[in-house]
Amino acid sequence: MAPVVPRSGDAVFANVERVNAELFTLTYGAIVRQLLTDLEEVEEVNKQLDQMGYNIGVRLIDEFLAKSNISRCVDFKETAEVIAKVGFKMFLGVTATVTNWDVEGTTCSLVLEDNPLVEFVELPDTCQGLYYCNILSGVVRGALEMVSMKTEVSWVRDMLHGDDAYELRVKLIKQVPEEYPYKDDE
Amino acid sequence: MQFFGGSAAAEMTPSPAAPPGTATGLAGNNANMLYIFNRNGVCLLYREWHRPLHTLDAQEDQKLMFGLLFSLRSFTAKMDPTSVDKGNLGVPLLPGQGCSFYSFRTNTYKLSFMESPSGIKLILVTHPKTGDLRDALRYMYNLYVEYVVKNPLYVPGSPIKCELFNVNLDQYVKTLI
Repeated sequence: MAPVVPRSGDAVFANVERVNAELFTLTYGAIVRQLLTDLEEVEEVNKQLDQMGYNIGVRLIDEFLAKSNISRCVDFKETAEVIAKVGFKMFLGVTATVTNWDVEGTTCSLVLEDNPLVEFVELPDTCQGLYYCNILSGVVRGALEMVSMKTEVSWVRDMLHGDDAYELRVKLIKQVPEEYPYKDDE
Repeated sequence: MQFFGGSAAAEMTPSPAAPPGTATGLAGNNANMLYIFNRNGVCLLYREWHRPLHTLDAQEDQKLMFGLLFSLRSFTAKMDPTSVDKGNLGVPLLPGQGCSFYSFRTNTYKLSFMESPSGIKLILVTHPKTGDLRDALRYMYNLYVEYVVKNPLYVPGSPIKCELFNVNLDQYVKTLI
């Protein structure tokens, strides 16, 4: 049997169930709106969105791996490419570009030209500190943690704050090797 | 006799055809047991279809199985004559590092194994004359995604108690030859 080749982002995207993007966008908007009402603090909302994203990412990774036929995730560079080209395509229908690698090859930026989450959105003056798409950074962090990569993800550029693109900075803290989980005396 | 991959529901894209094996026993009586472990060695699921003999209690059995896979994985990576990416013996591997084994056969059973990069391990024990089950295991991984991961009431890392998943697994396993 030939080894299973990972599928391209387009091929995966063509194969998964899709919903209307506007429905998704408006649902997300409703969530953010509700959080702002409930928590009142913009900082708290950022935190909550990140946490929600993390919980999603932890589950989403298995679906991603199953549908994209990816069989290994060791090299961080390769992983970043896969997130940008296959992951974003599969779940959001857009692709990101990977740029700005640092010398050690442990930090890179994912740049999104268009972002389906922010259709119809304008940030009012009271929410200037809000990272509206903070759920995405949580998703990326949660998913990577499941494939043994501890990362820090932060927003560098945000169109809602007047920048020209969305830029997620992903920093690899460490790769956690698999440990033998049982103690000898159990 | 030829059987083809499981009852492909509309949303399940990959439905691999059953590998062309030599049907020996009755169809549906081929798989013995299935284990699913997560990355922390927790046995998420143990299913049994045909296992006349138990020598250990269930927990010992599962721990032993996980330990075997863990050691075999680093052993196969270490033995690999084609790759430099091995790590040192005894040093824990990253998931997906080195090469990975996918089955071994004894004169009374065959054990097939699949590991996803997220550390989910599927182990299926079948009749020794079963063919290549890699596609079948991938399909089971897809079932796991559809019926377990997407179930909001399922807490990741806890033992699986989803009736729907079991039903679909049983159905699919019956088609393996």
